[in-house]
Order: sequence, then C-alpha cells, then structure tokens
Amino acid sequence: MSLLELKNVTLKFGGVTAVNDLTMSVEEGQVFALVGPNGAGKSTVFNMISRFYTPVTGSITFDGHDLLQRKADRVPQLGIARTFQNIELFERATVLQNLLVGRHRHRRTTLLEEMFFVGRSWNEERAHRHAVEEVIEFLDLQAYRDKYIMGLPYGVRKVVELARALSSKPRLLLLDEPASGLSVEETQDMRWWIDDIRRQMGITVLMVEHDMGLVGKVSDRVLALDGGKKLAEGTAAEVQKDPKVIEAYLGTGAISKTASAGGERV
Amino acid sequence: MRFHFKTSYDHDIRLFPDWWTFFVYGALLLVMVALPFLMDSFFLSEVTNVLIWAVAGLGLMLLTGTTGQVSLGHSAFMALGCYTCALLMNAGMSFIPAFILSGVITGLVGALIAVPVLRLHGVYLAIATLALAIITADIIVILRPWTGGVNGMFAPEIFIFGAEINRWVNPEYWYYMTLAIVVIITLIYVNLLRSPLGRAFAAVRDSEVSAQAMGIDVARTKTIAFGLSCGITGLGGALMGFFAGAFNNETFTFLLAIQLLMMIVVGGMGFIHGAFLGAIVIAFLPQGLSIVTDNVRFLNIPGLEFGVFGAVLIFFIVFEPMGLYGRWLKVRTWFELFPFARRDMFRRQKSYLKTERVR
Repeated sequence: MSLLELKNVTLKFGGVTAVNDLTMSVEEGQVFALVGPNGAGKSTVFNMISRFYTPVTGSITFDGHDLLQRKADRVPQLGIARTFQNIELFERATVLQNLLVGRHRHRRTTLLEEMFFVGRSWNEERAHRHAVEEVIEFLDLQAYRDKYIMGLPYGVRKVVELARALSSKPRLLLLDEPASGLSVEETQDMRWWIDDIRRQMGITVLMVEHDMGLVGKVSDRVLALDGGKKLAEGTAAEVQKDPKVIEAYLGTGAISKTASAGGERV
Repeated sequence: MRFHFKTSYDHDIRLFPDWWTFFVYGALLLVMVALPFLMDSFFLSEVTNVLIWAVAGLGLMLLTGTTGQVSLGHSAFMALGCYTCALLMNAGMSFIPAFILSGVITGLVGALIAVPVLRLHGVYLAIATLALAIITADIIVILRPWTGGVNGMFAPEIFIFGAEINRWVNPEYWYYMTLAIVVIITLIYVNLLRSPLGRAFAAVRDSEVSAQAMGIDVARTKTIAFGLSCGITGLGGALMGFFAGAFNNETFTFLLAIQLLMMIVVGGMGFIHGAFLGAIVIAFLPQGLSIVTDNVRFLNIPGLEFGVFGAVLIFFIVFEPMGLYGRWLKVRTWFELFPFARRDMFRRQKSYLKTERVR
C-alpha cells in the first residue's frame, strides 16, 4: 500500500476548479515532485494534504489513516511535516526556538508541570534539544542557533524552515518550492540535503518545485499538473518529453514547432 | 560581547545563561529585599504600587505580547479577581487560599469567555473585549447584594500566618507580600516561556498557519493563554483593590484596561522586562505630572493626565514600537557589535511576504 494516496480529489473555490479529479500515490521512501505552471494547483494539493483546505469530493489517506477526518493541527501527529512557499517562520523567536516548536507533536508535559518546571519538564526539554541539535548539525545551522529570525537572510530562513519540519521527525515531508529564491550554490546544497533526507533518514519527500534541474536530479517520480488536472506522470525525463507538458509550459506554438520537426503541422 | 559556550543542553534550559546574569538578577532581588530599610513609607508604597501594576501587566503581556491577542477588557478581570478574593474572605476563607482561588476562578471564567471571543481577530477582538470592560461596571452595580454596588466594598483585613498586613500600620509587610507574589508570577512566566506551551504561544502570535502545520491547536492554545492571562491579571486586580482599601464600580473602568495596554506598549511588547519598565512609567508618570503642574501654573488643566498618557502611547507606537526594553536591547546590541551593528537588525520582515491565503 502506498504511504500517501489521493483518490479522485476535486477542490473548487466558488466557480474555479483548482484541483480536478486528481489521483496520485506516493510510495514510502520516494522523492515525489509536483510540477506545473503557476496556478496549476500544486500548492493547493499541499494545502489539502495538510488539511487547510477540504476537497469537495475524493479521499486522502496517509498510511491507512483518513486525513479528511482530521483537523489541520492533528495531521502532524501522523508524521507529516511541511514547509511553506512564502516562508512562515516565527519571526520574533530564535532559530533554536523555531526548531523546538517543530517538536510540538512530541509534547508530553502538562500545563502544571510547565508552569513550575517540575516533573518531566527537564528531561523532556533535554530530549527535545537533543533531537533539534541533530537537525542543526545535519543542516549546518550551528552559527545561527541563537539568532532571531527577523535578522536572517532569505537563504538561511529557507534552511531554517526545512530544519523546523525535520525537527518533528516526520515520515512524510512536504516541501513547497524548496529552491525558490535560492542561489545556484544554495540549490546545490538543497539537492544533497533532499538526497540525504531520503537516504539517511528514510523520510519520504513530496515536493513542489519549478527548478527542473533540481527535480530531475532528486526525484524518483514526477507528476505534472495544469489547471488542476494531471497532465503526465513518470520519471523526470518522461514528463519533460510529454507533448502535453510542453504545451502547458510553452503554449501551442511550441507544439507546432516540435510537430513540424516531425513533418506535420498542427 | 559575551559568548555563551554551551557544554550541555541544561545551559540552554536553565533560568540564567551565565553567572553574570545570575549575579545581576540576584543583586536586583537583594536591593528589592533591602528597600524598606532604604526608603520611607511613602516611597515604599509607591514601589508597591509599581509591583502591583507589574502583576497586572504581566498578565496582559502573556496574552498580548507573547500570544499576540489584543485585549482592551482586562479591567473586567481585575474587577473579577478583586471581588472574588474579597467575597471569599468575607465568607470566612483566609487570605492565601482566597487569593490563589480568586486567580484560578478568574482564569477559568476568562477561558470560558475566550472560547467565543477569540474567534475574532485584530480590531474586532479589541472591540469585543472593550465591551466586556464596559459592561463590567454595570454588572457590579446590578450585583449589589454581593458587591455593594456603587457604595462599594471595603477590603477585608489580611492576615498571613497570624500577622496582620496593613498598608498604614506596616507598609513593609505589604511590600514583601507583593514582592513575593511578583517573583512567583515572573518565575511561572519564565517557566512557560522555556516550555512547549510558551513556544506555542509565540508560534500562534507569529504565524497561525505554520503553528497549525506544526501540530499546535490554535484555538486551544489561545484559550489557555487567555485563561492564564486573566488569572494573573485577576491577581493584580485583587492586589490593587486591597491596596486601595476600598473599591466600587468605578475602580475598575475600561480606562484601567487602556492604561494596562499602554503600559506594556511603552515597556516593550513581548518582554517580561517590558511589563516592569511599563509599570514604572505608569506608576510614576502621574506623580511626575503633579509635580510639574504644581510648579507650572498654566499647565494646571483638568484631564491633562490622560492627554499625556495618550501622547506617550502615540509617541511609542510611532517611534519605538519595541518599547523601552526594545530600546535598551538596541543600544546594547549596538555596543556589543560595535562597529558592525546594522540599522535594520531589528526590522521585521514586510508582511506582504506572508501567506495570507490560507486562513
């Protein structure tokens, strides 16, 4: 059985059909990429999985659990963590505190224990920090540990967001455009990290990304969306060659050119 | 610049990051304990007043500064705390249990009110809480059999372990009692900040969307914050009423709530220090003003106090949104990093970058 399954999912905003009868499944251990032009519905799919949106029809299951039965804040309990397209960090907190919020799903202390910092508090805090420190080590964030987010450059914020998602020790990681706004070098780093997240940590990755170079290098499976509909699915190379995908990205003129190369006009 | 070389996780969790900080706060506490021997009773009661304001301010700071929910209705909870404590004592309870119980009851009532009210955001939340503050005065009048209505109530006498605590007879006892309460509440606040719940508060303040994506139940967290905040402010209200000796429907008006809000803005939103700095300003500003108006005849205008309060509030919102403590942080950082401090170090990210689409 697949780790994450979407079956015939449709979502409408008023008259706009953002996602139309989408069926997809992500296998355990895969890096799965969603591609498509702007407004194709990629982020909407993410927001349905993390339950900010509720589809009109269809079902979403994660490891046998029906996600549609859960509220957004109960989704991380299952081991799903995500990042946001426009960074959503806690600005007036340090990097360390941000990562510790990522540990929230592992909270076991009660209100009274926390108010007086007794009972399990000390050991729990140590355990949280131990887990967070592993992520800091992995993503080379040591230099920024006690810095406030508001003073950090964009590239670092992007990494901190990834780190916060990893801190929760997820089984499925949703990355919404991990490389957007990053330099070539930072994109390279992101590529190795995604590779390591899958190989060393055994975390399944579902990502939305426009940088086809990155997608081609890290992903096992690619799904192209346009207008909320599935255009093509397969390996990165297969999807890039698909005429429907080329049409969606470059327009019909591009099709006629590829077609005319084959001796036929559309 | 001080570096903290952390060698264990405990370094991070502990109350004081290093010995220096420990000594600074230890010295501060020693000075506070020694204060009755250094001052006459008039100034001591002024300091007590500052500490009482600080208790109420810490309550609102937890809600507005840490959790990001504005409230203009905290005077209602000060009244509730004060009347509850007095009524419990009139019913035969001694001060310490009555005081603690009044905090708990105010907190629970606050949490109940929070459930519908905290569905509102921003200015609507402010209006709803303001309404709460305004109807409180009427409720006090309506509940005359218990509250004494417009005639008010006299605060019962306080006995702790047999010792009478009376502002006029032994002001130093009053002072020590308030100091102990302030220290305990500050410790609770700090403990919350270094625990998952405190971080969840900050998360809700900075981004509700990603707080949810991290598994934080936003509605529940806000409700807990409102409850805790009301409880602490209720304790502040109880102290304030008992310190005044008598209170009626006009003691806890919505102006008090606005003063509270002004206090935390001036002190520094989101910082525990801010509540104390704001308390100092709000307690000494009227004294300072009266000294000025006594000497400068043409400034002797009725209502000047609130005008000045308003002007100070506007000044801080426009020129120093991080308040007095924020200014201190900026000055400190400038010296620590000299000459590498950047102007935009404390500037927040522009809000248009935030995801407002999913809400």
